[in-house]
Order: sequence, then structure tokens, then C-alpha cells
Amino acid sequence: MIDNRPSRRIIAHTVLLIGVFIIAFPIYYTFVASTHSLQTILRPPLPLIPGGHFLENYTTALFGGIGRIGGVGVDRLLWNSTIVAVLIAVGKIFISILSAYAVVFFRFPLRMTFFWLIFITLMLPVEVRILPTYKVMVDFGLIDTYAGLTLPLMASATATLLFRQFFMTIPGELVEAARVDGAGPWRFFKDILLPLSKTNIAALFVIQFIYGWTQYLWPLLVTNRNDMGTIVIALRKMISFADADTEWHLVMVTCILAILPPILVVVLMQRWFVRGLVETEK
Amino acid sequence: MATLDLKNVRKVYAGAVEAVKKVDLAIPDGALCVLVGPSGCGKSTLLRMIAGLESITEGEIVIDGRVVNDLGPAERDIAMVFQNYALYPHMSVYDNMAYGLRNRRMAKPEIDRRVREAAATLELAHLLARRPRELSGGQRQRVAMGRAIVRNPKVFLFDEPLSNLDAKLRGQMRVEIKNLQRSLGVTSVYVTHDQLEAMTLADILVVMNGGNVEQIGAPLEIYEKPASLFVASFIGAPPMNLLALKPGEGRPVLVDGTTIGGEGLSFSKEAATLGIRPENLFLVTGDSNGSRPDATLDIVVQAIEPVGAESFIYGDAGKERLVIRVAGKTVVEPGAKIRVGANAADLHIFDEAGKRI
Repeated sequence: MIDNRPSRRIIAHTVLLIGVFIIAFPIYYTFVASTHSLQTILRPPLPLIPGGHFLENYTTALFGGIGRIGGVGVDRLLWNSTIVAVLIAVGKIFISILSAYAVVFFRFPLRMTFFWLIFITLMLPVEVRILPTYKVMVDFGLIDTYAGLTLPLMASATATLLFRQFFMTIPGELVEAARVDGAGPWRFFKDILLPLSKTNIAALFVIQFIYGWTQYLWPLLVTNRNDMGTIVIALRKMISFADADTEWHLVMVTCILAILPPILVVVLMQRWFVRGLVETEK
Repeated sequence: MATLDLKNVRKVYAGAVEAVKKVDLAIPDGALCVLVGPSGCGKSTLLRMIAGLESITEGEIVIDGRVVNDLGPAERDIAMVFQNYALYPHMSVYDNMAYGLRNRRMAKPEIDRRVREAAATLELAHLLARRPRELSGGQRQRVAMGRAIVRNPKVFLFDEPLSNLDAKLRGQMRVEIKNLQRSLGVTSVYVTHDQLEAMTLADILVVMNGGNVEQIGAPLEIYEKPASLFVASFIGAPPMNLLALKPGEGRPVLVDGTTIGGEGLSFSKEAATLGIRPENLFLVTGDSNGSRPDATLDIVVQAIEPVGAESFIYGDAGKERLVIRVAGKTVVEPGAKIRVGANAADLHIFDEAGKRI
């Protein structure tokens, strides 16, 4: 179905380029804005080419501290967000792979009941159960802690479901061969199941990292101190309703810095990520 | 080296499905026992019970004098070759073979020695670094065998190991398995639904049907004296000709009244079915005045299948369809009327219940 006529190719590329332009232009414009001084930004129109304040703006934002959020630097925010996103991603994978392992490979009373209990949490997103969850976190004294930021977001039915479906495609003979080979449940998990799940784990990690990175409502509720905020929350706090109070050049710098780590994760894990989505290594 | 004994072994699944009914079997040291039967006859269940992958409802399984009923598969000192090979897809050929040994905490040099030795025997030495998906079907089959050999177990278990290979490779691997088993001298149980595989491999052949053992014996003994109608029709290709007899006659009279025997031929009044193997039937030509056959039958030729060395003539005698094996160059036209004969010694008689008389 590959059509090599030049005219078709030109049309195809034009469509693609328009698409890329629509998606990429706002990001480019954000970058342009992050390299101008506040005065330039506030005096429209904003130039289309980067200005000369790149180093100055980025150094201030990263290490100087930003006044509107109590002098916390973007470096601290990036650190917080990374910790939160990684903890959520790793925690989710850890919990869901173990629960899927139990549900698929072991026979125990109420097995399917437990599976459905996990499954129905799909119907209840964080927002729906946010009040009781908040109360629990307050009672445990977990406000303004990484544990408070991550724990409620870890339990995940989707990931459990995904691993369950994958585990169910593993042939019974393979499990039996491992039993004959003297592999107990733990060895089977470590030596056979985990290596076979690599690509799935990688795909889930990317998805969950971005999910954790872009969390808004929960971090907003569970943090009060500026130095415990994630970069997304800080961005919100940096914007004042009175336009003049907002340090737009630093907001733009923070925006650019905020999208870099997720891009990095996707790019670095792309190979695995795509494989995990399209094929299972069998 | 070990013996394997099954004593009154039974398997009943929840829901009261009796998959295996009271099997008694004694396999001497070093023998290759083949379980053969149609699908659903319980042969695989029985094998999996020996392996410890399936629980035993009743009876005892004894390996080398030790009752293994309550031992896990890894503790029974058995090795199994699976139908779909069940190789670990993420491990190299070497690791596939070494995995079971590592789990047993064997010393590294010993593992290495055993794996290389098995690889040499199976001509896998140049493939040790490959992954299973980079191997052909026959090579995968060899790795699965290698994984069993390195363990040096008391009993080998084969679960239809050749059913995924093409016909040519299957014949080749069959010979290899037989040679390997003989040279290693390991007591083995081999499950198959292919009667040719069963006949050629077995020292002891066990024919199963519907959870029952129909007959146990040496392959040729079973071929020559099938204990039941089922065995008679299952073992041998093309299958034995089975003719329904008029009940209570005590003479070879077919249901439609045709008498096929000479005067001297008579048997028990319970006789219900007469069986004759295709190769025991021969053409009777008019001018043959030498030794007269004990039984004769006139048939109308329907089709003829020349396969080279031999030909199969399909013909009808009344309502019965028969197959006759003749020499390769016999010329018979469809529609021709021919007379076939058989000797009394080659007739198999079965009663109403299908038991041999």
C-alpha cells in the first residue's frame, strides 16, 4: 500500500508538516518567551525569535528561587516532581505485577472476588474518593510528605489488568516446565515472568511516569509548603490574577523545564515502550 | 536407573469425570513404555500424574521403589519433554538446559560439563548461544530433549513430543529418540496418539481408551493378538477389516447370510465380529488348485490405491467394506468381482462386548 508518486508524497508531507506546526508552535513560542525579559513579554507583540535573556532567566529560575512561591528554586520543584513520578510509576508496577501474579497463577479462596475488588476501583478515580483519602492522609500525618503525595495514586487496577492479561497468554506448559525444573513460585516469578514482562513494564513505566508528573488536584490538596510542591503546582502558584505581578519570563522557563523530563523518559524508553505496546516476546 | 510402577491409579476430576480408571502397570528398568490412544483417552492425564503435575485420586505411583504420590514434580527425579517444547523464550539454549540444574544448586563446572555433553550428543553445540525463536522446530525439539537429558533423571516423560513436526522430521526424530533412550538406558514413558509412532518406539505398548487400559504388551504381540475390538481397529494401518457375524451360528456366517468359511471352520457361539488384517487377505484365482484357503469371500472392487511397494484394494462384500493389501503391481479394475481368501490362523474373533475369543 505504499504509494511512491511524488505528488502524493508532497501532499502527505504538507499535511504532516501542518500537523507538526500546530502542535509544536505553542511550545516553540513558550521557549521564545522564556528567553526574553519580563518587559518585552508584557509589551506586545512578542517577537518570534528568541531573545538574549536565556542564561539570565534560566539561572534565576533554576537556582535563584522564585519570589512568588517563597523563593523555592525550580531545581527543587524538578526534584520533587521526579521523586513523585518515579515513586508512583515504580510503586504501581510493583503492586500490580504482584497482584496480577497472585490472581493468575495461584488458586486461593475468593480469588475472583479479590480480582473484582481490584477491578471496581477502576470506576473510582482519585477525584471521587478524594475527601476520605485526604482525611486518611491527615490522620497519618502525611501532609507535605512524599508518601502523602504518592501512596494514594499507586493502587492501580489498570496496570493489574494489563499484567493479568499478559500473564494469561503465558502457556501452561511453560509454567509446568519450570515446575519440573524445580523453580518454586518466587524463582518462577524472578527468572521467567519478570524477564518476559520487561517490555510491558517499560511501557507502563512511561505511561505512569507521565501520569504522576502531570498530577494536579491531589498534589494541590496534600501539600502546603512551597518546597514540597511539584512543578505543576508551582506553575499554578506562580501565576497571579493581576497580570503585572506575574513573572511571566520565569513562568515560561518553568514550563519548558517541566516538559523536559517526560520527553526525556519517552525518548529514552521509546524502543521498549513501542515494543511493549505492539508485541509480546514469546 | 529405575523401575516405574503404577498401582490401581485413578483420576477423578471435580464434577466426577473419571479420566483414568484403575491403571496397573509395571515398567522395568530401562524400558520405553508408550501410552497410545485417541484424544481424551486419559493417556496425557496419566503421564501428568506420573510427572506430579496432576494429583492422584487413588492408587500409588512408585518410582524406583519409592512412593512419589506426595512429592512435587521437581522432587520425583523425572524429566519431561512437552508437546510445544515449553522452552524459556528469553533464555539461550545453554541457559534453557542449565536452568533446572542451577535450581538444584549444582556446581558450575558440573553444569557446564553436562550441558556441553548433552549438546554434543544432540548436535546442538554450535547453537548454545541462540534463543529458542532463532531455532527450527527440530532444533527446538532437541533442546527440549537436552533439557531432560542433562538432569540425568530416573524417568523420562514424553508428552506427544513429535506432533508439531512435519512428517519427514518426525520419522527422523523418532529414530533419534529411540536410539538416545536405548543408549542412555533411562526408563521412559511416551504418550502419543499416532499408532505408527507407538508401534515403532515401544518396548511395552499400552493401548488406552476412555480412561481404561485396553491392552498391555509388546507391540507385535498386541498387533497379532488384539485383546479387544478397539485395539484391533486402533493398531495397524490401514485398520483391520471387521465383519459383523450372524449371532448364535458358531460358524462364519455374515449378517446378510453369506457363509464365508469352509466346513472345517467353526467357533464359539458368542462370536459377534470377525476381524481380518488387510495383509492377511489374498486374491484367490480360479485356477489355483493348490492349498485352499480356509475362508473365502466374494467382493466387488470399489477403488484401488497403489502406493508403490503395495496397493490397497477397497471392495464391498454385501454391506461390509473391506481393505486388502496386495503386492504393488497387482492389476484390478474398479467394478471387477474378485474372490479373496484367508487362513483360519489369521482370523480374529470377538464377542458381543468386543472382547477377543
